[in-house]
Amino acid sequence: MGTPTLGHYLVLSGLLFAIGLAGVIARRDLLIMYMCLEIMLNAANLSLVAFSRFTQQVRGEVFVFFVITVAAVEVAVGLALLVSLYRMKRTTKAEEITALKF
Amino acid sequence: MEGFLFWFLAVVLLGSAVAVVVNRSPVASALSLVTTILALAGLFGLLGAYFLAAVQVWVYAGAVMVLFLFIVMLLDLKAEEAAPIRTLGMGAGLLTVILLGAGFWHAIPASAWEANGARAEEANNAASIGHLLFGAYLLPFEAVGLLLLVAMVGVIVLSKRDV
Repeated sequence: MGTPTLGHYLVLSGLLFAIGLAGVIARRDLLIMYMCLEIMLNAANLSLVAFSRFTQQVRGEVFVFFVITVAAVEVAVGLALLVSLYRMKRTTKAEEITALKF
Repeated sequence: MEGFLFWFLAVVLLGSAVAVVVNRSPVASALSLVTTILALAGLFGLLGAYFLAAVQVWVYAGAVMVLFLFIVMLLDLKAEEAAPIRTLGMGAGLLTVILLGAGFWHAIPASAWEANGARAEEANNAASIGHLLFGAYLLPFEAVGLLLLVAMVGVIVLSKRDV
């Protein structure tokens, strides 16, 4: 168990992203899909922070700051949409919301 | 010590992320997501990004997760618990994980980045981020502030019963 290198962090971030993607594909509940989206955003953040620390550039961490802010905005708006959708349809399942389906 | 902490946090991170995906109950998923986010904050701290570790705990583990749990309670999603996870979707998801994981595993060590180089020495973290935010990135910073305001107004409009 030596000191972790940049490669360790990147592989970890890739695996985390893959798990989040799998969740978005596999789950049908919109709320859980949101949580998996958050996991994917966090995986991207991890790789940005790792790059920033290993290349001695603080700019990567500033990007992560912006990503966290935008993710918070996305969650707030998305959950408000989810609530108003639930009021209309009484469901949060992705496959039962078919108004725009061709 | 750093190696041990890294592997410990990595196992907690991936395990709780899998728990978010496979848990039936939305509350259990949300709590697993809190664990994921805390483990990630630990990794940020391990990397020396202390300011981001703190922001991660405040914004994600605090604000965002409270929002998620509020919505779970508000929508009373208990009925959804019985819904089975699509087997086809789970297969596709597993395949995605394996393919992406194998791809990263092979691509990252082979890339031009010095993947095995030593970590940089630590700078004064919060201060240098602050200087960048209010210096070179002042315009994006203001834009993000505007975005937050727009989102706040939008959420209030969306959640009013009769607009």
